[in-house]
Amino acid sequence: MTEIKASTGPKYARILSVGSAVPSKVIDNEHLLQYIESSEEWITQRTGIKERRWIAEDESIETLSLAAAEQAIERAGISVDQIDAVILSTISHYHQTPALAPQLATKLGIPDAAAYDISAACAGFSYGVAQAEALVRSGQARHVLLIAGETISEITDLTDRGTAFLFGDGAGAVVVGPSETNGIGPVVWGSDGSQAGTIWQTTDWHTAVEQGTWPKLGMDGRAVFKWATGFIAQAAKKCLDEAGLTPDDLDVFIPHQANDRITDTLLRYLKLPEKVVVARTIRQFGNNSAATIPMAMAELLESGQAKSGQTALIIGFGAGLVYSGQVITLP
Amino acid sequence: MATTEEIRAQLAELVNDVAGVPVEDVQLDKSFVDDLDVDSLAMVEILVGCEEKFGVTIPDEESKNLKTVGDAVAYIEAHS
Repeated sequence: MTEIKASTGPKYARILSVGSAVPSKVIDNEHLLQYIESSEEWITQRTGIKERRWIAEDESIETLSLAAAEQAIERAGISVDQIDAVILSTISHYHQTPALAPQLATKLGIPDAAAYDISAACAGFSYGVAQAEALVRSGQARHVLLIAGETISEITDLTDRGTAFLFGDGAGAVVVGPSETNGIGPVVWGSDGSQAGTIWQTTDWHTAVEQGTWPKLGMDGRAVFKWATGFIAQAAKKCLDEAGLTPDDLDVFIPHQANDRITDTLLRYLKLPEKVVVARTIRQFGNNSAATIPMAMAELLESGQAKSGQTALIIGFGAGLVYSGQVITLP
Repeated sequence: MATTEEIRAQLAELVNDVAGVPVEDVQLDKSFVDDLDVDSLAMVEILVGCEEKFGVTIPDEESKNLKTVGDAVAYIEAHS
């Protein structure tokens, strides 16, 4: 039998750098009260959100993704021709084909990279980290640029008093590359398609075109909260177990920024020590779907609350339902 | 089998943990929402906690009927 050569790669991978970008329009809770019957206090108490960012006319998923990616590449200290794959995680690129990742790669000056979009909603960044880690360690790519970009404001239903205040726009990006020591733990991920109707696009494209309506994002908040505070709490614990760590080994916790109250519950369940720095960027950015985790990572590092080399647990969960988490070394 | 008082006491600890309500306030005649000021999200979390702590399943349609501490204790007694 003819022997086919197999690719081989470095023993370990890690996240080399992170960048982020937020749009210019700051939307506070009071602004939303023109659309829904609610109060600033109710919104803050139920979600922790005080404000979020929405794209202005000259901004888009493309401009945010490019800005975050440029920052990540510069901070990684590598040249663009060392990047062999570009992955964009998004659920808010409203152009079915072609994927956006190839255009981002070209605009970033990355020649001939494998480039594709993935759709894993709020778990998308962690799904992407798992893919990037596998690509690097198997020798399929020397470096992977992973971008999570979202403009959820464009599908937010401003008349829905359960979700109108939740979402914001933004992008985060990381470069994953080879490492002497392991910087990315085993991924804990999965899905449950029986709960496809828990977070969903309210009309499919056929119906939308027929009716002349633009789809929105629907969510059964109670079901999501129940799932996140039960099943996801256990999955977060499993991420630590799989990495061979205990809560005491952790320096930073970056859960998907879906709701401050979910984060509170995860903390209670995991019994993380006081010293662990916890991401709370939902307060200023809202829920940015796939982008929340890299945006929070960048914010914690830039503000000095977290430091390069520290050990962090990340976990995302959302529409699918899908979830994904792993322990990482901060870039 | 746990007594009504034992279930109430364990439930009181859970309500205290989730919503910060003093354990002595969590009595059978008290309404979660009206008397103990437990909001809807905390209520979901308490019910998830009950499922774990008492090994019961509380379907969503059933959870709407559990208005008082006594309702929840009676449900747990009947289903655990």
